[in-house]
Amino acid sequence: MSVIRIGTGAGFQGDRLAPAIDLAERGALDYLVFECLGERTIALAQKARIGDPSRGYDPLLERRMRAVLSACARGGTRIVTNMGAANPLAAARKTAEIAKELGLIGLKVAAVTGDDVLDRIGPCVLDETGAPAAALGARLVSANAYIGCGGLVAALEAGADVVICGRASDPALFLAPMVHEFGWARDDWTRLGRGVLVGHLLECAAQITGGYFADPGVKDVPDLAHIGHPLAEVDATGNAVLTKLPGTGGRISRATCIEQLLYEIHDPARYLQPDVVADFSGVTFDETGPDRIAVSGGTGHPATGHLKVSVGYRDGWLGEGQISYAGANCVARGALAIELVQARLSPLGTAIRETRRELIGVNSVWAEGKAVAGAPEVRMRFAARCDSVETARRVSEEVEGLYLAGPAGGGGVSASQREILAIASTLIPAERVKTVVEMKEVLDETA
Amino acid sequence: MRLHDIAHARTGDKGDISNISLIAYDPAHWPLIRDTITPDRVACHFGCFAPDTITRYELPQLHALNFVIRGALTGGVTRSLALDAHGKCLASVLLEMEITPQVRS
Repeated sequence: MSVIRIGTGAGFQGDRLAPAIDLAERGALDYLVFECLGERTIALAQKARIGDPSRGYDPLLERRMRAVLSACARGGTRIVTNMGAANPLAAARKTAEIAKELGLIGLKVAAVTGDDVLDRIGPCVLDETGAPAAALGARLVSANAYIGCGGLVAALEAGADVVICGRASDPALFLAPMVHEFGWARDDWTRLGRGVLVGHLLECAAQITGGYFADPGVKDVPDLAHIGHPLAEVDATGNAVLTKLPGTGGRISRATCIEQLLYEIHDPARYLQPDVVADFSGVTFDETGPDRIAVSGGTGHPATGHLKVSVGYRDGWLGEGQISYAGANCVARGALAIELVQARLSPLGTAIRETRRELIGVNSVWAEGKAVAGAPEVRMRFAARCDSVETARRVSEEVEGLYLAGPAGGGGVSASQREILAIASTLIPAERVKTVVEMKEVLDETA
Repeated sequence: MRLHDIAHARTGDKGDISNISLIAYDPAHWPLIRDTITPDRVACHFGCFAPDTITRYELPQLHALNFVIRGALTGGVTRSLALDAHGKCLASVLLEMEITPQVRS
């Protein structure tokens, strides 16, 4: 194939469905990729799986598959996704079930596993703590390596129409179709680097078509309400044109592309990936037509031989409460509310490990922000990391108690508690991670 | 003038590291941005980051800088008690910076 068309169905777990359906129905895509797994999502999924072994995959998998499977099967569009999260096998079974209900006999669904390295993570030293993962003891919940494109390519080579994995590097979901279609060697660092570049630009969906971008009067985006997701036309050298479907809202421009190029990137010359160290330092974008951007200049260097691992662990409980103050002297009343909650919680001592106290509208995002005299309203927020759910509840209760025993005119209390599932990072030698492909074909049992 | 008048920006996060891109709209403003928006200047503007936690990368062909700030997210998105645990808002805070066009002699 001289050019393949790869579109983005989702850029995060909760992403909007309509643009994906549009791409499935009229994108003439070869591949539709759903990237749905954030840093913490897989640890949450692992918790869900511990509670129920048939779960632990993306909660929106069913809705997404029902919405796009028929159109993709009709158009010959193959799906690649990490919606398997902590349980790709169960996700593949569910997808095959849905395909059968939809009458898609012959559809092949592959599960790619092997990213779960919980059984061998103990000795690996965590970047954040400097201690081995084993030191977390019973607090350790999950350990998933960011696998590269190898297992996904194997699934495509085995004829899978839908490939479902768990933790994989996000660009690898997009790189796999390119490696499969163009037969790139796994040490063709230049092409692999370019493929990662295209994957990186596509993986956050609407973030390159005008989402996370609009700034009224300065960076306006047309018809943002009906924003379309991106697609790339990739050639066998790994160079690509980024575009979106005619009639969709949003805009893809040099400016949106440059912002997305650097999104979540540290050293642009060394973007560490399981398959390659991608080099974005010489990338250029050229506008070749309306909403058409040619990307070139990407390259790559040999992979490091190590895979990043996200280690999920229980890190106490978050107790939180908020209350609003408005009108005359509201900033001072909000500050008094903080003092009161602090004083009333002080007997709990070390059961509260860390607190964050702020006035939303003044200093909740930028602690050093300029104090705004005469702010029309503020919302006091008190958050604490606690040793138990009971302590977390006390934090919420003390904020609620401000109704009757706090400053004048406090209203609209909200309060919540949740377990904090934290993620730490480490590395594992790539050879210690083996991926496995398991295929399910939807059979016509009436025949 | 403010940085917002001549540049746009985007924040990304990985663990406890925030990165903020800064991109000149007009290539004519690139030298000003390149020469004046140093890690020290960024640290001073935010007030809460130490200068030695900030690394700056340059992409001259795109008229863009990338600031990588270690330890910026009070533990990172999964641990932080912050409302904006990702630090998504930080790019716009950077654009609030007042800058003075340099007169070259």
